[in-house]
Amino acid sequence: MQKVRLVMVGNGMAGVRTLEELIKLTPDLYDITVFGAEPHPNYNRILLSPVLAGEQTIKDIILNDFQWYEDNHIRLYTNKKIAKIDRKNRTVEASDGTVCEYDRLLLATGSNPFMLPVPGAKLDGVLSYRDIYDTEKMIEAAATDKQAVVIGGGLLGLEAANGLSLRGMEVTVIQFAGWLMERQLDETASRMLQASLEAKGLKFALNANTEAILDNVTQGKVSAVKLKDGTVIPAQLVVMAVGIRPNTELAESAGIHCNRGIVVNDTMQTYDPRIYAVGECVSHRGIAYGLVAPLFDQAKVAANHLAQMGIGRYEGSVTSTKLKVTGVDLFSAGNFMGGDDCEEIVLSDPSAGIYKKIILKDDKLIGSVMYGDTADGAWYFKLLRDGTNIGAMRDRLMFGENNLGDTGHQGQNKAAAMSMDAEVCGCNGVCKGTIVKAIKDKGLFTLEEVRKHTKASSSCGSCTGLVEQILMFTAGGDYSATPKFKAMCGCIDHNHQAVRDAIKTHHLITIPAVMKMMEWRTPNGCASCRPAINYYVQSTWAKEALDDPQSRYINERSHANIQKDGTYSVIPRMWAGETTSSELRRIANVVDKYAIPTVKVTGGQRIDLLGIKKEDLVSVWKDLDMPSGHAYAKGLRTVKTCVGSEWCRFGTQDSTQMGKDLERMLWRMYAPHKVKLAVSGCPRNCAESGIKDVGVIGVDSGWEIYIAGNGGIKTEVAEFFVKLKTSDEVLEYSAAFLQLYREEGWYLERTVHYVQRVGMEYVKEKVLNDAANRRALYDRLLFSLDGEPDPWHEQVKAQVDTRQFIPIAVVA
Amino acid sequence: MKFICQLSEIPPLGARRVKRTNGGEIAIFRTGDDQVFALLDRCPHKGGPLSQGIVFGNKVACPLHNWNIGLDDGCAAAPDEGCVERYAVELRGAEVWLDATAPLAPLPSLTSTASIANSMANKPTSTVIPIAVA
Repeated sequence: MQKVRLVMVGNGMAGVRTLEELIKLTPDLYDITVFGAEPHPNYNRILLSPVLAGEQTIKDIILNDFQWYEDNHIRLYTNKKIAKIDRKNRTVEASDGTVCEYDRLLLATGSNPFMLPVPGAKLDGVLSYRDIYDTEKMIEAAATDKQAVVIGGGLLGLEAANGLSLRGMEVTVIQFAGWLMERQLDETASRMLQASLEAKGLKFALNANTEAILDNVTQGKVSAVKLKDGTVIPAQLVVMAVGIRPNTELAESAGIHCNRGIVVNDTMQTYDPRIYAVGECVSHRGIAYGLVAPLFDQAKVAANHLAQMGIGRYEGSVTSTKLKVTGVDLFSAGNFMGGDDCEEIVLSDPSAGIYKKIILKDDKLIGSVMYGDTADGAWYFKLLRDGTNIGAMRDRLMFGENNLGDTGHQGQNKAAAMSMDAEVCGCNGVCKGTIVKAIKDKGLFTLEEVRKHTKASSSCGSCTGLVEQILMFTAGGDYSATPKFKAMCGCIDHNHQAVRDAIKTHHLITIPAVMKMMEWRTPNGCASCRPAINYYVQSTWAKEALDDPQSRYINERSHANIQKDGTYSVIPRMWAGETTSSELRRIANVVDKYAIPTVKVTGGQRIDLLGIKKEDLVSVWKDLDMPSGHAYAKGLRTVKTCVGSEWCRFGTQDSTQMGKDLERMLWRMYAPHKVKLAVSGCPRNCAESGIKDVGVIGVDSGWEIYIAGNGGIKTEVAEFFVKLKTSDEVLEYSAAFLQLYREEGWYLERTVHYVQRVGMEYVKEKVLNDAANRRALYDRLLFSLDGEPDPWHEQVKAQVDTRQFIPIAVVA
Repeated sequence: MKFICQLSEIPPLGARRVKRTNGGEIAIFRTGDDQVFALLDRCPHKGGPLSQGIVFGNKVACPLHNWNIGLDDGCAAAPDEGCVERYAVELRGAEVWLDATAPLAPLPSLTSTASIANSMANKPTSTVIPIAVA
């Protein structure tokens, strides 16, 4: 069968990325031909500045070498500019007469530098700054000439000026606006940047208009730049970096609708349905993007539709900027100027060279500009992109993410300052050098790619900020942002909320029903969506939806914790951490009988028996004759207590009894993630209630309830929720909060993240202010838990497939 | 080949373990559409028991670190690398039969340089081939 013919015009980053995505999805669907106007294979245009600065070479920035095209059977024409599209006969024609037929056409023509229409703009020695040719010309000029003028004080202009200055030229930057990088920086940050660039030897003419570029009469070569105020700045090289314009010439000549870019819909299709377009040449919802992250998002969508899968939409991007001038730390994102209805938080320390400004509106971060210390740029950008409600952390926001508790990488928060052999990801033992190498060698651009290839930040995620920083300065510019809308997994485009909503609205009680209704792409999901749906149907339709053990992680299927060698650990329940001589004797007997190698006291005030063979689990449970501790479950783990008023001379309340009552009420409760409680008998808080999902602290006049704490990856201090008088109230309010979390939390979302997502005010509204709703939540939790079996002792009722514990056969 | 069990003794989207008197355990998987596959019960990553993982499509997710292993080829999904031994298993009616004596030969890797060289041998290698010249 004849393959479908795909022709791509343009051989740049967005276009080739589309091909890569396409080949991943469907390697054999298309016969692919690429026309590139430059003589090079696809290279990383963002890294031209480090090349100009002499920090990298052209070879370093090639993303796909000629071999790649060959390996993927892509016909590549370099040095061939397409001059004409014949849409009727579906052909493209290059300026040298080469004609090529297409079934689908992908336009990735990028953008053209805008050249100021001043006298002398066409002189020899006047360059734009766009491609390898320009860069090489500039490097050549720097070797022979002394003075340069860069017209344009934006990102590109400053990077060009810095590079030329490093190559020994005397550089003056002419800026039309009153301060540098006026589209990314406010005046204060800009002045700091200017001062530091001046210290590096650059000169600036601000509020300056170029009148003409003058030549030295004899050779037709540039000799100076004349400003409107009459100033004449001598220069043998002039670089114009005043902006880019989407390159739509070809599309327009073919009658394809353009409006400051080739107009595309959310599937990256132009007005001609056979023709797609991606990259800087595109205008999507009125915006033409010039940064790599949005372009890669577009590439993904275009590839998906070209692969005839027909899913995924590009809905626009939020962008951030980082200047690639070594030694200058600068970050800007969103609305950094603020406005009447916005609030600003500013930290300014001019002598230390640090300036940070964040702009807030309606308890959300909408913009940020930072100079000197940009370690938290990635974090602010995430808060901005995700529209996170920052009300609860407003007072700490300025001091950065690190301030909020962080473990696993020695408190490091500046990736640039780390040595290559420093460990970034403490979970998977990945050092900075490994990540940098993978980014360079494999051409990685997104956090997701780095996770896949290096495993860094793929376990606990605490080093995500560091990895993002490494991506920023290694891959150059903006790392690709995780879209705000995060699909549940690769099987479906809906997010967790949409799935939860559908289960509730349509009364779905089985996994297949959910998959059918929501049009899952895979026959039976994957290891990440199935456990989530299994939890959602049961938490939404208690007593009605049946558990599917095959959709549970092994720990919840075998009711024990799998260990690295394939053995299991068993933790029996000890109500509020209290035990008896008879329980201890039984535990000791079990340890002897099954030759259990390790016995350990846990942080949750229980005893862990480690190294038990799967075959022994059922009889261990039976011999222990104690309830399951559910130490393996996404559900209630422990209620940690101090001894309280019964023994402690400081105790004001009977915390142990309160803990027992809470644990008796809540045990066997499954939840989106593990749930831990603590009860302390006085404000000395020996049970560490401040870092629990629900922490209770006894005071003389009653109980204080704190919620949404977490002692894990990031220490998150629980927030004060309510003060109560009686222990019955403690039970009701705690249960109501946990039921709200059970009904609304996304799978694997801890209470802290749930509360951050919906906002503390919302939780208070539902649980504190609305007594009827609180009571209803409390009743629904009790209803869900009523008669739930102990999987260790009621295996049939708990649907424990006991066949799993023994081998099915023994063979030679 | 030896008779192991009835298909019904393996849960759909699940697995059972076969103990061997010499050699590691073998995991027999049953997919959603009732195909059976047999792999050595050791993830190529850190030796996790694959029989304990979640089965989906033609894959199993290792219970230790969630590597996805193909049931048909025994290999980790990219970019993870590594393959586990496959064993011959078949359904005879409703009966599951297994040859646990020796693993199957590894499948030729689709990305190995040798196979690329082979597949390229019949194709022109030049990057530029004019299609039509007007």
